[in-house]
Amino acid sequence: MPEMNLLEAIRQGLDEAMAADPRVFIFGEDVGKRGGVFRVTEGLYDKYGPMRVIDSPLAESVIVGACIGAAMNDMLPIAEIQFADFIAPAFNQIVQEAARIHYRSNGDWEVPLVIRVPYGGGIHGALYHSQSVEAFFAHVPGLKVVTPSTPYDAKGLLKSAIEDPNPVLFLEHKKTYRLIKGFVPEEDYRVPIGPADIKRPGEDISVFAYGLMLHYCLEAAQTLAAEGVSIEVVDLRTLRPLDTETILASVRRTGKVLIVHEDNLFGGFGGEVAAIIAEHAFEYLDGPIVRIGGPDVPAMPFAHSLEAAFMPSPASIAAAMRRLAAY
Amino acid sequence: MIEIKMPQLGESVTEGTVGRWLKRPGDPVAKYEPLLEVVTDKVDTEVPAPEAGILHEILVPEGETVRVGTVIARLTPAGATGSATSAAPVTTVAATESRATTTTVTATTAPPATDDGRNTYLSPVVARLLAEHQLNPAQIRGTGQGGRITKQDVLRFLAEREKQPATPAATPVAPAPAAPTPAPIPTPAPAPMPVAPVPTPPPVTAPTTSEIPADAELVPLTPMRRSIAEHMVRSVRTSPHVTTVMEVDLSRVIAHRAAHQEAFSRQGVRLTMTPYFIMAAIAGLQAVPVFNGSFTDQGIIIHRRINIGVAVALNEGLLVPVIPDADEKNLLGLARAVNDLAERARSKRLRPEETQGGTFTITNHGVTGSLFATPIINQPQAGILGIGAVVKRPVVITQNGLDAIAIRPLCYLSFTFDHRIADGATADQFLSTVKKRLEQWEG
Repeated sequence: MPEMNLLEAIRQGLDEAMAADPRVFIFGEDVGKRGGVFRVTEGLYDKYGPMRVIDSPLAESVIVGACIGAAMNDMLPIAEIQFADFIAPAFNQIVQEAARIHYRSNGDWEVPLVIRVPYGGGIHGALYHSQSVEAFFAHVPGLKVVTPSTPYDAKGLLKSAIEDPNPVLFLEHKKTYRLIKGFVPEEDYRVPIGPADIKRPGEDISVFAYGLMLHYCLEAAQTLAAEGVSIEVVDLRTLRPLDTETILASVRRTGKVLIVHEDNLFGGFGGEVAAIIAEHAFEYLDGPIVRIGGPDVPAMPFAHSLEAAFMPSPASIAAAMRRLAAY
Repeated sequence: MIEIKMPQLGESVTEGTVGRWLKRPGDPVAKYEPLLEVVTDKVDTEVPAPEAGILHEILVPEGETVRVGTVIARLTPAGATGSATSAAPVTTVAATESRATTTTVTATTAPPATDDGRNTYLSPVVARLLAEHQLNPAQIRGTGQGGRITKQDVLRFLAEREKQPATPAATPVAPAPAAPTPAPIPTPAPAPMPVAPVPTPPPVTAPTTSEIPADAELVPLTPMRRSIAEHMVRSVRTSPHVTTVMEVDLSRVIAHRAAHQEAFSRQGVRLTMTPYFIMAAIAGLQAVPVFNGSFTDQGIIIHRRINIGVAVALNEGLLVPVIPDADEKNLLGLARAVNDLAERARSKRLRPEETQGGTFTITNHGVTGSLFATPIINQPQAGILGIGAVVKRPVVITQNGLDAIAIRPLCYLSFTFDHRIADGATADQFLSTVKKRLEQWEG
């Protein structure tokens, strides 16, 4: 089983999907000749040609809108939004159109569309190349929101997303692209959209995270293990639909909860997880539900020191774990 | 050093009983943090610390009654240098992270759990586990923040208990407390008139409670339970109780209530049956004033003012808030007063004086299904009126000289009176007046 980074796993998933089904095509800014700004689609243009790996104009609403039309006409489009920060012009197409067509047409129409979106900070990308947008879209019924954090999950979830009959927002944390490596099987496999994954079992505190933060949480959990605190780290993997069963079962075992995301706290996805726990596992709680997230400032600062202050870190997560363990 | 004095709880109160000390000498206390519970008549009140500091000494033990103004404890203010510093140890964490972390890290450095100073907050899961396993939190050593009992503490306790062989002798029950010094609960004197001195009652607790059978458990008395017990024993010893019962047809009252409920509701008042019974009882007391009285060796005191107590059942006991000058109120005023007092009795927001000064008591035992009862007199009153459940029954009525069977809402009125004050015929005269007022209700 070869080891690869998360970016390579996604590229391999795209390649295999395109090879397996001629209806699959890629549409996005610089995805063709240049191979994408992150090189995710590198080599695919040469392999599948300009009709299947298409450079789009710099117009996100067109990228998604055209893909919706293609999806409704028996194609399996994969749209790429170059940075999550640029997704706003496509918001209307995603939320008002793609997410609702199946419902609006009483199930007559489907929109088998995947929108790949690199997101997240910690890469010195500053205001317009660092944002986390999951909370905006996880709010919308009719949209699936997937946030893989390992190469294995990324490839398996991507294939599930391509085969899903309705729109999937596929969020890739760009710092994990080359930072996170893992073994990916050679044979064809799927990771289903929906189930969360307990990446590290533990007894004292349940930690819920996804994307880059999952890895920071695992690192902090390792530190805490040396101090005698057993941390369970749950990778949510899919934000919508959310695996509430796994979340609640974990909380019922441990009694303490820490939710970590990079997006700012207020109205963030962690609030929904906290609410579900408070509502359905109240009698199992042995401490306050704690959230860690970015501060409520308008965007990721450029200065290294400020960027570091914005991002939750393994140390700040470990500190919260300690406080919660001692509570 | 700050002196903590027995506070005056209510206008006519001259003494108070220390119900429970919430702090022990040496405990740190925050400003306004409750120091102790004081019991007067049936109301418990917490006494807060006037300043932050350390409780230096307790001068009046639990259960003892002292005059208002008596120094009951001393407090070392926070500024003063005291030898008794007992702030929880706070260790800082390893250097890796900066700000935020100032709390204790590992369980081993947690402050030892004590019965008093620790954080007694029970988290939802701990509360549930304690209830499921019928555990007393005092049994468990807390290792959480401020000595809080954590879920792990409960699980550890259960695991250790599991390991130990069953020892039938070691029951998980605290030894029986010594019989309390009989706290002479201040007599709820209705008016500043001379009242017969009440002989010191013997302890309420049976003297042979030191041995608790292994298959039983001891539920400690709350101050309210202790107070009720004392009062009940004293009442039946003081007054020869006689109960007389009459049946009353409530058709007109119920029709009146149905017709006026909405109008009352518009004024924010919930119209229940109780105000009707209060009005009827007042009619009875006005017709037979001796039952608005108190027996003394000098003679029977007949109160000019009619202050009606209404018994309110609580989970932990019974309170009797009083509607002063009830005879001066109309139905709306009485209904409003009953709503207010019952609500505040249940939410423990009654002021101590609001349970004092009653001259007659009504107990609505019918709300829990009782048909008739033999209530115990609220001393030093002369009688207590019990209201049974309202039940529809077939009855023979006579109209235009013809007998017929009709369905009528009936209820039994149980009137318990002090036979020293009056005899059965007088009691029946009172009860007949109440019955007549209800049956011929005209608003």
